[in-house]
Amino acid sequence: MQTIVAYVENKPGVLNRVASLTRRLAINIDSLTVGPTENEEIARMTICAHTDENGARRLEASLEKLVDVLVAENISDRSMLERDLALIKVAADQQNRPHLMELIKVFRGRVVDVAPESLIVEVSGTVDKIDGLLEVLRPFGVLEMARTGRIAMTRGSDLLRPPTAATPDSKDKDPAPASS
Amino acid sequence: MKLTGAQILCETLERLGVRHVFGYPGGAILPVYDAIGKSKLHHILVRHEQGATHMADGYARATGGVGVAMATSGPGATNMVTGIATAMLDSSPVVCITGQVSSKLLGSDAFQEVDITGITMPITKHNVVVSKVEDVAHTVREAFIIANSGRPGPVLVDITKDAQQATADFDWEATVPKLPPKRIRNNHDQKEFDRAVELLNSAKRPVILAGRGIILSGAMRIFEQFVRTSNIPVAMTLLGIGCFPATDPMNLGMMGMHGEAWVNTAIQEADLLIAVGMRFDDRVTGSLRTYARNARKIHIEVDRAEINKNVKVDAAIVGDAGETLANLLPHVHERDHAAWFAHIKELKGDSAVRDIQSLPDSGHLFAAHVINDLWKVTKGGAIVVTDVGQHQMWEAQYYHHDQPRTLITSGGLGTMGFALPAAVGAKFARPDSEVWVVVGDGGFQMTMCELATIVQEKLKINIAIINNGYLGMVRQWQEFFYDKRYIATPLVAPDFAALANAFGIRGERVTTRKEVVPMIESARSSDQAVLLDFRVEQEDSVYPMVPAGAALHEMIRRPNNPLVETASEP
Repeated sequence: MQTIVAYVENKPGVLNRVASLTRRLAINIDSLTVGPTENEEIARMTICAHTDENGARRLEASLEKLVDVLVAENISDRSMLERDLALIKVAADQQNRPHLMELIKVFRGRVVDVAPESLIVEVSGTVDKIDGLLEVLRPFGVLEMARTGRIAMTRGSDLLRPPTAATPDSKDKDPAPASS
Repeated sequence: MKLTGAQILCETLERLGVRHVFGYPGGAILPVYDAIGKSKLHHILVRHEQGATHMADGYARATGGVGVAMATSGPGATNMVTGIATAMLDSSPVVCITGQVSSKLLGSDAFQEVDITGITMPITKHNVVVSKVEDVAHTVREAFIIANSGRPGPVLVDITKDAQQATADFDWEATVPKLPPKRIRNNHDQKEFDRAVELLNSAKRPVILAGRGIILSGAMRIFEQFVRTSNIPVAMTLLGIGCFPATDPMNLGMMGMHGEAWVNTAIQEADLLIAVGMRFDDRVTGSLRTYARNARKIHIEVDRAEINKNVKVDAAIVGDAGETLANLLPHVHERDHAAWFAHIKELKGDSAVRDIQSLPDSGHLFAAHVINDLWKVTKGGAIVVTDVGQHQMWEAQYYHHDQPRTLITSGGLGTMGFALPAAVGAKFARPDSEVWVVVGDGGFQMTMCELATIVQEKLKINIAIINNGYLGMVRQWQEFFYDKRYIATPLVAPDFAALANAFGIRGERVTTRKEVVPMIESARSSDQAVLLDFRVEQEDSVYPMVPAGAALHEMIRRPNNPLVETASEP
């Protein structure tokens, strides 16, 4: 699994371009999350893809070739945090509810809704942690689940920020006309 | 000053230095055509929108500037798809402008509505829908920058009809292009650079693999200096042809599937490959598993995504070919590769004897003769635009290009039907140059409608049809790999000379070798387009050939005896 973080232009069609690119490279996406940044013109993506290091390097380089992708960086080998958020609806009746609550507490989950025959758990953390909770909830009957997919951030002073203004590299000048 | 979107488009194109637009009108682009009528732009009416994109592509390839194609919405736009993909695969700077239904109708399956930006997303460098008149000028300026910067490629701008009709203040200074703020990547990696220098200065059997990136970078002079200083022989990709004089003794010739045996063998025996502006296409490498296993590899390439894509390299320098070679040059020591050159000479061995040019005239007309004679008569000075197939490979083998941008051919996509329209673009780009179309009887029939465009525009283009009555390259594969089962490759064609007459240009049939030179000379001396229908050997094959998936040195060599079949009369 490889994790790529990208800053992209926050406008229609950009997600389509990113998805179209991964399809063309025959890379399967495990999860892709998009969210706003402090700059409303820029969105941040976390792409988790089933590929090897070379595939991730190609994906990263190809992503940055898209005009609307400002930065793409493979952070798989860097010190980083990864978080996934899940809402899980579990079958629960009066008998097993206390036992369930105990288990959920161990995983630092929160019960956010209780109904006569079910409850909803909210849990965030690493993928492994959520998978672990799911494992123990399954015998009770998992009725429904929604997961956000991973978001990731490198630790400490390892900053990954979008470029702020047009840089000299974007060569904002008209090209020379055809010389004929 | 208030202008309509259509007028702003024309004004912007003019200010960007555009003089020629290749296109075809229709409902959703009519406002633009009305504005073209009042502009200084020369619009070339094509006969099919695919032709418009190939013309813009040929224009771009002949000059290095941006070529412009235009079409209406729906079928006009979808007809451009093949031409756009052709430009994409060969990194050609083309801007396509399409009309689109009015913005309020978008998504309603309106008449001639098609999601052309969705369709062309994977085959354009970038594309964009413009639905506001205020966005026309800066978007088109951005399209030109994107198309012709870094690794060039096609850009499509889809303009809704209401954006063409609405009016806005037009102020060139205020419409500055505003591209997204991309991060500057510092691609200079000193370790890789030092490693490349070390490899360059210690190799005993080096070969340079020269690609189109050198031509796109305009780096021919610095490349030649690099070759002379390092004293390393050059092998070229198909699209690299012209980046270094073909007649120079340092030039081994074209590599790959139909490269000469000594070129491919030298690559397989090399201890260092220096790849410049090329991408290790499968037609160049043969089987990757067995490709140049003795060689360390240096890759100089402007597109980071190409590094280690097909072939794992030992040193990669990401950057413009010219700049990189200039940086490397002071560190390169001249080395004596006498033993290596002697060995390559040995590899050539009996190749010259096997060469079809060395055979006495047997009364048969071979395509290789026609093309070699064309080279001799034109003294290598023509722009040759080829189609795709056997004749394309023979052209690469027997027309020796000493100048860049004199061979225009569809390499990556291998688009049949490319030649005739691309030649129209090339002729507009370089009106003083002699332009020859070399095309098969199959490919010619795909886009021969553009003969009418040639006549309407009064263009002096010479057309050489290499007519063997087959889809020759496919027939060759059937001969070699499918026990000569010629399924769907025998091809009926019209009498091309009579067809040319019907379009109002001269057409001649050539069936014997002795007629070839006089006919070429006669065509050259005419001030109008001339079509020559060369009836060549029907079952001739391109040699050498590396079968698909075989190792690069496992070639089917040229036979020692010429073919015996005679060119049949229809």
